[in-house]
Amino acid sequence: MKTKMSSKQYEQYIKNKMPKPAYLKNCVAAFIVGGLICDVAQLISNTAKSYGYNQEAVSSITAASMVFLGAFLTGLGIYDRIGKFAGAGSIVPITGFANSIVSPAMEFKREGFVFGVGAKMFILAGPVLVYGVSVSILIGTIYYILGK
Amino acid sequence: MMTEKRLGRQTLKLSTPPSMISNTSIVGPKEGEGPLAQYFGQILTDDYFGEDSWEKAESKMLTEVVKNAIKASGMSNTNIDFMFAGDLLNQIVSSSFAARELQIPYIGLYGACSTMTESLCMGSLMIDGGYAEAVVCATSSHFSSAERQYRFPLEQGVQRPPFAQWTVTGAGAAVIARAGSGPYITYATIGKVLDFGIKDANNMGAAMAPAAVDTITAHLNETGRKPDYYDLIITGDLGNVGKAIILDMMQKEGFDITKVYNDCGSMIFDSEKQDTHAGGSGCGCAAVVLNGYIVSEMRKGNINKVLLIATGALLSPTTTWQGESIPSIAHAVAIENTIGVGV
Repeated sequence: MKTKMSSKQYEQYIKNKMPKPAYLKNCVAAFIVGGLICDVAQLISNTAKSYGYNQEAVSSITAASMVFLGAFLTGLGIYDRIGKFAGAGSIVPITGFANSIVSPAMEFKREGFVFGVGAKMFILAGPVLVYGVSVSILIGTIYYILGK
Repeated sequence: MMTEKRLGRQTLKLSTPPSMISNTSIVGPKEGEGPLAQYFGQILTDDYFGEDSWEKAESKMLTEVVKNAIKASGMSNTNIDFMFAGDLLNQIVSSSFAARELQIPYIGLYGACSTMTESLCMGSLMIDGGYAEAVVCATSSHFSSAERQYRFPLEQGVQRPPFAQWTVTGAGAAVIARAGSGPYITYATIGKVLDFGIKDANNMGAAMAPAAVDTITAHLNETGRKPDYYDLIITGDLGNVGKAIILDMMQKEGFDITKVYNDCGSMIFDSEKQDTHAGGSGCGCAAVVLNGYIVSEMRKGNINKVLLIATGALLSPTTTWQGESIPSIAHAVAIENTIGVGV
């Protein structure tokens, strides 16, 4: 072959041959679905409040309910279809977090409860937990110092 | 020093071109709804194939497709001297587990999605060299076993990029032998590993296109054939993105293959209706299109001279996580209805 290209040149060369994602459509879908998920959460939150729970209990009830919904829809094989349509709209809310834990747990069930479900469950959510907790400790420390 | 059966650096001329005796294919339900459905030997209604894991299902497809090919050839396992097979799963377990059941002397191959032509190259040489009368060449892939190894869990709610390809659930096998009435394998061109620096494991078409261009160019230069000598020049699984790249790159090399070129990955699915984005991929893609569509059309005489170039991306999940680019390879076999004509 005569053609010689560096990685950069090849990347440039294929650029206009690659199909582009439908950014506008994806943004609208993410906005609508993400918004709807938040509406559901708000509904749960308001309902819990109307039963007279305090703010802390309301937050816990809402988060737990949404995690349950995300996990349940994943189990029924519906959440991946929502995700395919909504993209970030269904990944960012807490339901997406539930999906990222339940989907590998389902996928690796065949490898058993120890090496499969147990070991692989946090393969996607693990990094989120590790860095989420690390950053919250960091910010907490900064707040503690500056807050005084 | 040049040996007498070798033309140039990469192309091997088979002095006794082995003949395809029988070709069989098995595909999953989605492939069975695609445009080539009528050509496949067996279409599964359940992609678990009655097993309890995707890996077992894939190995069973391979086992069954080989059994079917041997049965269709009118021979029995004991007449088959060697089995050449490979697949995408770690340590090529689909093939090795199939070989465990079939009890045919086995040579396991890893060429990723180039395995169909790699196995035909090796099998043909074994026959041409006088070491075998008949061999079986086979490969398989399974969407679900490949996804869990290389990408995401099936139920995870993510969007695939528009240039992503869909791994074909399917297996294909060819019994080739010293004596037969064709189609014949006349030339084999062994590819080099090329890497143009693509790192995105979703962008296989762009990663593999240069390897295909290199092998096709070497084949045409070393045999002295023109692209229009062939009725069909077909790559294994470059998909729609790779197809656009290869046509343009071949022009740069001074060959216009536009009129005779196609890609198995572009043909196997209806990308719009079946939502497969850039088309099919996987070892099974070239395998089922060859053993289903191409060979059927050749036996009918609708096409007579085919150059099949199966392309493989030689990455692993580990190298992807470590940020390595994707090396690729392409092996070509020339398959013709008549021998000894043309250049």
